[in-house]
Amino acid sequence: MIIESTLRPENAVSRTTVNAGDHYIGVVKRGQTLRILDLEGNQAADTLFFSAADTAEHYSAMDTVREQGAVYLTAGSKLISSEGRTMLTLTADTCGRHDTLGGACASESNTVRYDLEKRHMHSCRDNWMQAIVNHPEYGLTKRDITHNINFFMNVPVTADGGLTFEDGISAPGKYVEMVAEMDVIVLVSNCPQLNNPCNGYDPTPIELLVWE
Amino acid sequence: MTHDAHYTTHLPGGHHWSLRLRRGTTLTLTAKQADSNVGLLCYNPENLLERLNLPDTLKAQHTFKLTQGHCLYSDMGRIFASITHDDLGWHDSVGGNLMPHHLLAKGWQPVSYQQAHNDWTRTGFDAFLVELAKYGLGRRDMAANLNLFSRVESDDAGKLSYVSDHCQPGNRVTLRFEMDTLVLLHTCPHPLDPAADYPRRGVDIALGIAEAPNEDDPCYRSRPENARGFANNRLYHLGL
Repeated sequence: MIIESTLRPENAVSRTTVNAGDHYIGVVKRGQTLRILDLEGNQAADTLFFSAADTAEHYSAMDTVREQGAVYLTAGSKLISSEGRTMLTLTADTCGRHDTLGGACASESNTVRYDLEKRHMHSCRDNWMQAIVNHPEYGLTKRDITHNINFFMNVPVTADGGLTFEDGISAPGKYVEMVAEMDVIVLVSNCPQLNNPCNGYDPTPIELLVWE
Repeated sequence: MTHDAHYTTHLPGGHHWSLRLRRGTTLTLTAKQADSNVGLLCYNPENLLERLNLPDTLKAQHTFKLTQGHCLYSDMGRIFASITHDDLGWHDSVGGNLMPHHLLAKGWQPVSYQQAHNDWTRTGFDAFLVELAKYGLGRRDMAANLNLFSRVESDDAGKLSYVSDHCQPGNRVTLRFEMDTLVLLHTCPHPLDPAADYPRRGVDIALGIAEAPNEDDPCYRSRPENARGFANNRLYHLGL
């Protein structure tokens, strides 16, 4: 569902550009709005959320899919925690569909998906590891790294139970916006994937904007 | 392929169990009633941080459902188990767990142990937490679980629906373990089960010994990704 935002970038309280292969970790407070902007198109933003009050409560892909009765995320979707609570609500989306089933690329899963000798390429999971090691103040460890949202990724499910990876439906300037229903830690890996056509083999920057 | 059952038991509906299965053993589950559901999670007993990763499992095999020929992947690119036999053709990968708030929403009265003794209504969420705690694990460690015997479909628009009458009495699924695996099981209902009352549907469990898979093995051959997954297991057994 395409819903445009009325928020203006010049009124944002923070704007952060995240280059391809870089990570972002920070807090978005209850009531604040977060926009993830696909600056150059066909990028995937691999995103996890944790309750800032209790990091054992985290975004749950399966609880989200089941409670909204749909496998794709778009405007109106509620992002549900591992405890069944709404963490954020998607309020605007100019892309139309986001994946939460495909998971994140990892050095280890790249060996399975592409080639055993692809293990030394940078990956989202390594990116998250770098983020949690660089920021011990959030108290996150490998056991907290769970199943994520791939904003801007298109992973269609077929009625007979297949899963396919299609070209992205994002484009330069497309964005998704969400309002936080609780204080959340946002952990983003701006995907460095070079092995599949999801980003045209050319990972590009994203921008994160926050409004009060 | 038949396996001599070395141990058989029954897990009643609404209950939970965990067991460590060695590489080369099989776990066969047989539904006793229609619309049975078995929640399943896997961990590496040598490193409990390695656990079942359903997103990696689905995307490696380009599938939304799991059935015979598929493998269950850990987050470390290894195969915990292969599905070597399946009567159903579809096991659910996205439904997750029955949560405490579902009991009220469904009108499945929460009944306490004080009231109902062993017939109290337990949730898959709490069942897994009890089993996880036995290994020093907790809420942070609960990955997305499989729901064996259940079917949840998606239409072209992504809308989900639970399929009733998918599982029939006698339906059987066999997992062959490709590395030592800590298995958590519960027989709590699927969270999308529309039953009017909390359904208690148990399964028979049989443990056996598998023949070692070779390169003609259907799970090995079902996808080129799985051949690489088995290669990662061979490296693991070398000590890498």
